[in-house]
Amino acid sequence: MSDVMVKAEGVHKRFGANEVLKGITLTVDRGEVMCLLGPSGSGKSTFLRCINHLEKINSGRLSVDGELVGYREANGKLYELHERVVAQKRQEIGMVFQSFNLFPHMTALQNVTLAPTLVRRRGREEAERRACELLDRVGLKDKYHAHPVALSGGQQQRVAIARALAMDPKLMLFDEPTSALDPELVGEVLDVMRDLARSGMTMVVVTHEIGFAREVADTVVFMDGGVVVEAGSPAEVLGAPKHERTRSFLSKVL
Amino acid sequence: MDQTELTQIAPERPDDIKAVPVRRPGRWLGAFIVLVIAASIVRAVVTNKNFGWSVVGQYLFDHRIISGAIAVLYMTALAMVVGVILGTILAIMRLSPNPVLKTASWLYIWFFRGTPLLVQFVFWFNIKALFPHIDLGVPFGPSFIHADPNSVITVFGAAFLALSTNEGAYMAEVVRAGIISVPEGQSEAAASLGLNRLQIMRKVVLPQAMRVILPPTGNETISMLKNISIASVIGFAELYYQASDIYAQNYETIPLLIVASIWYLALTSIAYVGQYFLERKVGQGFSRSQQATMKERWLSLGAGGGGGLR
Ligand SMILES: Nc1ncnc2c1ncn2[C@@H]1O[C@H](COP(=O)(O)OP(=O)(O)O)[C@@H](O)[C@H]1O
Ligand SMILES: [Mg+2]
Repeated sequence: MSDVMVKAEGVHKRFGANEVLKGITLTVDRGEVMCLLGPSGSGKSTFLRCINHLEKINSGRLSVDGELVGYREANGKLYELHERVVAQKRQEIGMVFQSFNLFPHMTALQNVTLAPTLVRRRGREEAERRACELLDRVGLKDKYHAHPVALSGGQQQRVAIARALAMDPKLMLFDEPTSALDPELVGEVLDVMRDLARSGMTMVVVTHEIGFAREVADTVVFMDGGVVVEAGSPAEVLGAPKHERTRSFLSKVL
Repeated sequence: MDQTELTQIAPERPDDIKAVPVRRPGRWLGAFIVLVIAASIVRAVVTNKNFGWSVVGQYLFDHRIISGAIAVLYMTALAMVVGVILGTILAIMRLSPNPVLKTASWLYIWFFRGTPLLVQFVFWFNIKALFPHIDLGVPFGPSFIHADPNSVITVFGAAFLALSTNEGAYMAEVVRAGIISVPEGQSEAAASLGLNRLQIMRKVVLPQAMRVILPPTGNETISMLKNISIASVIGFAELYYQASDIYAQNYETIPLLIVASIWYLALTSIAYVGQYFLERKVGQGFSRSQQATMKERWLSLGAGGGGGLR
């Protein structure tokens, strides 16, 4: 078992003529928490989506836990993976979205048990027991049977985190998980994420919460215009940024 | 983490507000005018001898009429079920990335929506002229099933084939509208959990699409109930066919059309009730407020009302 969870080497991604990622190279170690910062449109979401193969990369190499994302390599040739195999690999990567994306026609509990019962074929009882544990863990003990409309944004996002955790992922991706929340609800979601980080989960977090990055991140990466401008410990990147672009960005969000 | 401290603020709970509701003379006046018009229409209809109400009563439960109504109901149920299944398959084909499936679905919809239902009934009924033998098997190769079209294409079979294939084309567009109404984030969230495409469609997209699909499906059902009368041209013994058969003998045209209309109204009402309950079921989780019940809506005629949701 290697210690590297995510390895990106010169990852490029284009949408038509628009080159969004222009050679991203970085590694995320097992158990590491990486925070991705950068102005809007710099390609942060696109990079996260590539890790989960929601987007196909155009060139470079991207691997998760030692296996290429979306391809299989044999005899120096790349073979596209079957959709079924891609789906299998996604089971091991949890993703939390800015807009929560809970399934509105299901209760909190059903949201959390759907994938374990359908994809992992766990028994209903076992899946529900585990779902309750997870909902308790994110502080939603009394909301098992609430539909998403009846929950606040912060509660919805915590359900979404529990839903992702129910698949026992080895990697969690967060795409601006608190950006759609009212200010007073941000804390409750960050608390859950902080706990998760302490438990040793490998996390890649796109966020504008500098305080959270400073406290929780092992590595902070600043992206702009589809490239990594600067990467290092929170003290280096946030405390003593080397690049002008990083400095001007930080002065705007702080 | 949750807000539970709110209760400290109000030590005593004040009485609920008891206010005099706003007077709405306009509503009462409007209701009055409509009632007067309705009453005069009813009077005109009931007292006019030409409507032949006694003949209507005589034939309302005639066994031929009843059998026609049952045929309509039975055919609607059967053709609608097949139409919905066909429509769902066509919609998924139309939205698939495979260009062959996409085009095939488009062509099907184009053809069946673009030709009159009347022509389709007659076409299916006469299909034996086109295909004197039915052979199922490999194209240009050996065939496995041989059938005589006369045994497959009965009047009932032709009506059923015409209605269900035609309905499939219309339902395809209804289902497609429903599917594309579900935000993409839903499929992405499901995909990120490891669900495959079929699972995403079945468990996440279609259940939400139902909210959009159901109301026009109610429309479709009601249209079909009535369109079945077109099948009288190929001699399908449905409600209108039976009524016209009777008035061809006794010349009581208007009363028998009224009989048929009463039954059509009764049958469409069944569709309304079904739609109401299905909509309530698929609407779960989409609205914070309970929808106003029938009783509340009627009460709001007199009382203040007007505010609040919906
Ligand atoms: N599916 C897509 N099709 C076309 N362009 C896209 C798509 N997704 C993202 N982009 C473009 O890629 C760029 C980077 O987007 P994104 O990764 O969302 O940035 P960030 O998350 O850093 O704000 C933007 O210019 C956006 O318009
Ligand atoms: Mg983004």
